[in-house]
Amino acid sequence: MLAREDVLHVARLARLGLDEDELERMGSELSAVLDHVERIRELDLDDVEPTSHAVDVAGVMRPDEPAPCLERDVILAAAPEPVDGGFGVPSPGSGGE
Amino acid sequence: MSSSYEPVIGLEIHVQLRTRTKMFCGCELSFGDPPNVHCCPVCLGLPGALPVVNAAAVDFAVRIGLALGSEIAPRSLFHRKNYFYPDSPKAYQISQYDVPICSGGCLGDVRIHRVHLEEDAAKLVHIGSSGRIHGSDRSVVDFNRCGTPLVEIVTEPDLRSPEQAHEFLTVLRTTLRQLEVSDVNMEEGSLRCDANVSIRPVGSARLGTKTELKNMNSFRFLQRGIRAEIVRQQELVAAGEPVVQETLHFDPVSERLTSLRSKEEAHDYRYFPEPDLVPLLVTPEMRAAAAERVPELPTDRARRFEAELGLRPGTARDLAFRRELSDYFERAVAADAGATPVEVANWIPQLVERIGSAADPAQSRVGPEALATLAALVAAKRVSRDAGREVLTTLVAEGGDPQAIVEREGLGTLSDDDGDGLAALVDSALAADPDAAAKVAQGNMKAIGPLVGYVMRESKGRADGGEVTRLIRERLAEQV
Amino acid sequence: MTELTELGAAAAARAIHAREIDAGELFEAYRERAGADELNAFTWVAEGPPPPTDPAAPLAGVPLAVKDLFCTEGIPSQAGSRILEGYRPPYTATVVENLTGAGVTLLGKTNQDEFAMGSSNENSAFGPVLNPWDRGRVPGGSSGGSAAAVAAGLAPWAIGTDTGGSIRQPASLCGVVGVKPTYGACSRWGMIAFASSLDQAGPLARDVTDAALLLSHMVGHDRRDSTSVALPEPITLPTAEDLTGIRLGVPEELLAGGDDGAGIEPGVRESFEATLALAEGLGATIDTCRLPHAPHALSAYYLIAPAEASANLARYDGVRYGLRVGGEEDLATMYTRTRGEGFGAEVKRRIMLGTYALSSGYYDAYYGQALKVRTKIADDFRAAFARFDFIATPTSPWTAFELGSKADDPLAMYLNDFCTVPMPLAGIPALSIPSGCSDGLPVGFQLAGPAFSENPLLQAAHALERAIGFDGSQVRA
Ligand SMILES: [Mg+2]
Ligand SMILES: [Zn+2]
Repeated sequence: MLAREDVLHVARLARLGLDEDELERMGSELSAVLDHVERIRELDLDDVEPTSHAVDVAGVMRPDEPAPCLERDVILAAAPEPVDGGFGVPSPGSGGE
Repeated sequence: MSSSYEPVIGLEIHVQLRTRTKMFCGCELSFGDPPNVHCCPVCLGLPGALPVVNAAAVDFAVRIGLALGSEIAPRSLFHRKNYFYPDSPKAYQISQYDVPICSGGCLGDVRIHRVHLEEDAAKLVHIGSSGRIHGSDRSVVDFNRCGTPLVEIVTEPDLRSPEQAHEFLTVLRTTLRQLEVSDVNMEEGSLRCDANVSIRPVGSARLGTKTELKNMNSFRFLQRGIRAEIVRQQELVAAGEPVVQETLHFDPVSERLTSLRSKEEAHDYRYFPEPDLVPLLVTPEMRAAAAERVPELPTDRARRFEAELGLRPGTARDLAFRRELSDYFERAVAADAGATPVEVANWIPQLVERIGSAADPAQSRVGPEALATLAALVAAKRVSRDAGREVLTTLVAEGGDPQAIVEREGLGTLSDDDGDGLAALVDSALAADPDAAAKVAQGNMKAIGPLVGYVMRESKGRADGGEVTRLIRERLAEQV
Repeated sequence: MTELTELGAAAAARAIHAREIDAGELFEAYRERAGADELNAFTWVAEGPPPPTDPAAPLAGVPLAVKDLFCTEGIPSQAGSRILEGYRPPYTATVVENLTGAGVTLLGKTNQDEFAMGSSNENSAFGPVLNPWDRGRVPGGSSGGSAAAVAAGLAPWAIGTDTGGSIRQPASLCGVVGVKPTYGACSRWGMIAFASSLDQAGPLARDVTDAALLLSHMVGHDRRDSTSVALPEPITLPTAEDLTGIRLGVPEELLAGGDDGAGIEPGVRESFEATLALAEGLGATIDTCRLPHAPHALSAYYLIAPAEASANLARYDGVRYGLRVGGEEDLATMYTRTRGEGFGAEVKRRIMLGTYALSSGYYDAYYGQALKVRTKIADDFRAAFARFDFIATPTSPWTAFELGSKADDPLAMYLNDFCTVPMPLAGIPALSIPSGCSDGLPVGFQLAGPAFSENPLLQAAHALERAIGFDGSQVRA
């Protein structure tokens, strides 16, 4: 069973706002799903290579050639807060990469 | 201050690659353009957009890897590094994680841990609260820079002082410039450096708790920031307090270090293989093509100048770490005018002094053959050192052949036997300062200085000091 | 149903080429039906006649319904989500471009489970889609709008996407044909992502021929999608009428249905067995086969897909497009409110699940282990295809269930996908054809083949379809 703090921690990582009700339900629903999927932990797969791509393709690249960009008006038309030709946001305090 | 503790420093350097287009889309790289004019669905993170790797960025990374002597992975992987921040449109950065394109290598004495490819973030511009009623302060996101190809170069913790870190970064910058993969300009952000700093008792092999200094944006600040952090850690240790693992920001104005976040609240990046990209391959052909674009690198060149041309270490490095100087020097040596490489090298600082330290000597009026000829004339004592400097000044101003200038200006060395009056000059020197002459005659060789100085002055530097000394002593001996 | 709309898509294309019918009239007939949609199958219907198409184009003038999550320039593309409500992208998905290039006209955008997460279409911000066979029941999901629209004759054909069964399962529940191609066959450029390593576009159509025709114009290598692959040969229209020499493997693990109540309904099992008997009659040999890790596919799927989704859906942050809630206060609050209010319950559940599976300390046990299970599943299929041409299973363990009946039990809902998730994990193609009805509701029969076996798969499905003689015309009336 996922503890409430675990649910809160994961929600924080995912920047998901959950109300009290959702928090409650999420804990039990996730636990039920995890109980099921957890069974694969019992499989002995130590020597098995992981597969992250289903197709055997590698080495795909594009030439360093310019392609047309989007018009700024077009991209800003979808913006919730267009300001000075850019996308307005609340100033982050610190902690950028 | 406890000097029994030594600093241990490792650097993480982000370098913007100077490709035409971005890492994963066809938008052209932007320099000082209006915001958000180099954007497309990919670099804006629009729903449904997919990245495709830029072949030129891979080529540049391989060049860098080869230059640093890294292992180039024939097959490497891209991962997603998840974090929420307005400069990251997908809320993940496509980067490399456990299988980077280059591993190992070294630059000088500093070992390289890895070099990997990734994409740059967007730029955030703070604009204040812009008159909003409840408003928090606002920032504006500009995605022009977003997706610019980056390599991240990570060193091993092999550096032991801020000066060494500075030195390393200088060599790295020259190397990258020589590879023609980046503008490597710290002020403009095409070279960005973070430092991991810890201290440990001298002689200990264990690493202390390290802190990370973020984004120091000039070579000077980097050095000062590291120095400040070493002092801070040494003071903590002296006071018996622990060093806390954290990320620090150095304010060059106040010289203060402020904590960005402690490791407790550090990001959990949740790296996982980027499913939108397939494994990156570096074929033998790609490797060979990149190798062709890797010239001899500064450290190798300096070593060769020492070993093969007999230059002193300092001279070798001064030349090798500036490609235009070393190229010019090698052409002058190749002219084979009769001077040794050491003699030629001694003239390069003279030239630089006259043309300006930022200028490329190859662009000056002084051809490398001319400089070599001048060096040979001086070495053969056919022109005195002082006169040689005058010839160089003329060369810088007008160009031409040193030999011809010497003849035209009558700057050839005066000597006793070619009848151009050196003996007469010596005589008048002795006559002008009989006191000195007497002292020298009595064996007080210190007194010879004014006599030689007189001749040099009167000959306008054309006389050879050694020859003048010999003649003075010869004359005084005759007089006895 | 007018005469015009009773025509299948391939037949309509032929009739347009032969000038027997007028493309404009055909579009208008469908536009009227789609506009009067009572199933909530559409989220957007073309407002007027389409731009003219080249009459010589292969699919000239045949209208197409497109799942909401395909980006269509200037046309709402909302992936069934409130967070993208009203979003009109500035570019168009490759698959849609390929099809319009072949002459199809865009009839409408179809409803879906939010970000393709669901098996019932109850997870759409725009309300559930109703099953045309019984409006009290779900159409399946996540391409439920596309399946319902095709089944009800609101569109001659449609495209959808399949991540763990999202084309095949709704096709099964609505009595239409659905194909999930080999991973990479259709470009994902412009497809709003759910789980990138699994998502594939595919056709939903009234019959196998139409599906093959549509698919033949969807596929193709795309430089904008690094995972795109060129099929070794073009998709051809199937003509087979028997299954001589075809070896069908029936995986006992999937038929057993797992131990969580994914047991196959008796009516579904009956239809499945009757279809196997028909196949035998057509010359196929049938034997049981082993896919030892298939019962773990669901677990692997419900770790891998949410993990990828947790990153794919992180971009919906209220900065550049779509919904923003708040923004007057601090950044973190804007993020959490926007995402908290913009995403529905199922999407939140999967983001949470995926974030957890990737988070520090859990990666190896969950996500890492799931990737290894994926390897074993692909190995199992490889071994099976050494002995068999195709694997056959029921598509869904159940027929269409009542709206709301599983909505409160996520795990029960996930079990819908028991037979459909192994194939996308292995990247192999699979399709579903209607094999008959159980209690008046359609049942789907699934065939899966090795990578790039689309043509032989479609041939076999065509032969079976002829023998089954399923008639879905009653719901198109
Ligand atoms: Mg980095
Ligand atoms: Zn771009």
